[in-house]
Amino acid sequence: MAARNDIKRYTGFLPMTILCLVILYAPLVVVTIYSFNDSRSITNWEGISLRWYVDVFTGPESEKYKLAAWNSFTIAITAAATATIIATLAATSIVRGGQFRVRMLSLGLISMPLMVPEIVTAVATLIFFNAIGFTRGYLTILLAHIAFCIPFAYMPIAARMQGIEDTYEQAALDLYATKRQAFTRILLPMMMPGIISGFLLAFIISLDDFIITNFVKGAGVETLPTAIFGAVKQGIKPNIMAISTMLLGVSILMVTISYFVSRKDRLT
Amino acid sequence: MAGGAATGGTARTDTYAEARYWLLLPSWVVLVCIVLIPVLMMLVYSFLTKEFRGGVIWEFSLAAYDQFFCSRGLFGDEPCQIEWTYINIFWRSIWQAGAATLLSLVIGFPTAYFIATRPENVRPVWVFLITIPYWVNLLIRTVSMKFMLRDNGPVNDLLLATGLIDDPLRIVNTNFAVQLGLFYSYLPFMVLPIYASVERYNFALSEAAADLYASKWVTLRRILLPAVKPGVIAGCILVFVPSLGSFLAPDLLGGAKNFMIGSLIEEQFKGNAGNWPFGAAASMILLSSVLIILIVFARYQARAQKEAT
Repeated sequence: MAARNDIKRYTGFLPMTILCLVILYAPLVVVTIYSFNDSRSITNWEGISLRWYVDVFTGPESEKYKLAAWNSFTIAITAAATATIIATLAATSIVRGGQFRVRMLSLGLISMPLMVPEIVTAVATLIFFNAIGFTRGYLTILLAHIAFCIPFAYMPIAARMQGIEDTYEQAALDLYATKRQAFTRILLPMMMPGIISGFLLAFIISLDDFIITNFVKGAGVETLPTAIFGAVKQGIKPNIMAISTMLLGVSILMVTISYFVSRKDRLT
Repeated sequence: MAGGAATGGTARTDTYAEARYWLLLPSWVVLVCIVLIPVLMMLVYSFLTKEFRGGVIWEFSLAAYDQFFCSRGLFGDEPCQIEWTYINIFWRSIWQAGAATLLSLVIGFPTAYFIATRPENVRPVWVFLITIPYWVNLLIRTVSMKFMLRDNGPVNDLLLATGLIDDPLRIVNTNFAVQLGLFYSYLPFMVLPIYASVERYNFALSEAAADLYASKWVTLRRILLPAVKPGVIAGCILVFVPSLGSFLAPDLLGGAKNFMIGSLIEEQFKGNAGNWPFGAAASMILLSSVLIILIVFARYQARAQKEAT
């Protein structure tokens, strides 16, 4: 078997992989380390402290960031939940609705936000809200996020539904369950891992979004990314690194949960 | 079983056929209202007359496209000379996105290959390792990259400490910094499709080549690469397309000298330029380019699938 493995091995591919991982992780690790720096400047290292974390929560800019965090999280939860419900219904129709003409068209429409460059979607949404006289603010961000999150919620949900044979639902129908019961009591519970993945994915996408939010937010309403962007324009300050580290932690936690949800599911 | 070709062994039924239009209704309402109609409106806006300080006047004009391609002198009454400013910005976007794609390919291909040839039970862990950073906020990743590359940042400290350089390198605000930022933004999109193709590749072919005295690099070039070409092309498209319209990496890592089309569009709406029709026209030009690439790619894929069956 050694010879077989030899066939697959190329010198230099392992160092490349390590280089790749270093480029991916070094910036995140360095920023995390520097967020615990006890210095006012971002260049010098003066020992470990939590002062910048304290500063984020109690410092002069804390109110701004608290409000931005509140906006970010409420928008992300609402947008992700709405997008997940819409995507689940759409997937049920596309995967379990038989052959019909609107099917491919619907798939195209759902993947549209993925095909169109994000900045173009942002411009279009801004023009649209402006033309119908919708004042830009919290609600416009939320609506744009719902639309933008649908494809991300749809992908894991549809993939999961395609993996479930319909024999279970057919059995329920044979036992005089209504279609609605077959859906809510058989299909939905079996779909749960896909739905959770879809929700988490949509949640992260909404929490991370900068470009669309930046265009449709109007004056005064900030989410965390737009608040951070505004601050970074003045130069990178230590408290930015503390906020970044916290956000980074949230994202990694979410992805890890999603990973284990889907994995545990494969083992059963 | 139409439509199941890509995913294989899919359970597609018509259990909920009678409700299929109702089930699709919410997604249609949201996407038509918040994506499709706005994009069509943007097309309309690109043919309108600009109002100063943002907004439009509802009068048909080609001024926006004219401004992109033509220079008509100081008073706008001379014949059209080709205006290079915006064409150059567009050209630079293509060039930068291409360079970022190449960088991702050079680092991403060996990585994807290496992961795909690990034992089957550890592959998901490797893939997970590659994708984790992607889920960290793009803005934070870009800022972290800037922090690393700045004149007195860790990268320069390291290079100075090892004695490779005597003075700090100016990396931020160069083309290379933007390419690194784009690489950092979209790398998993390069790795995952290539990984999937290498996983499907039958290594008996490589063995056959080796039996016929092909060296390893010849095998790589003549046997493996043609076999995984669809994955490589998919990866390149998935990195190139978002890079083309990206805003954060060029804005934070490139500065004013390395303007790309995303920043140009942003300036028309958020910045001081305030020319909405021109911003809409630039967006249309970007959107058309992306759609052309995607259509060509879809045709290629369809052809490749036909050949495979």
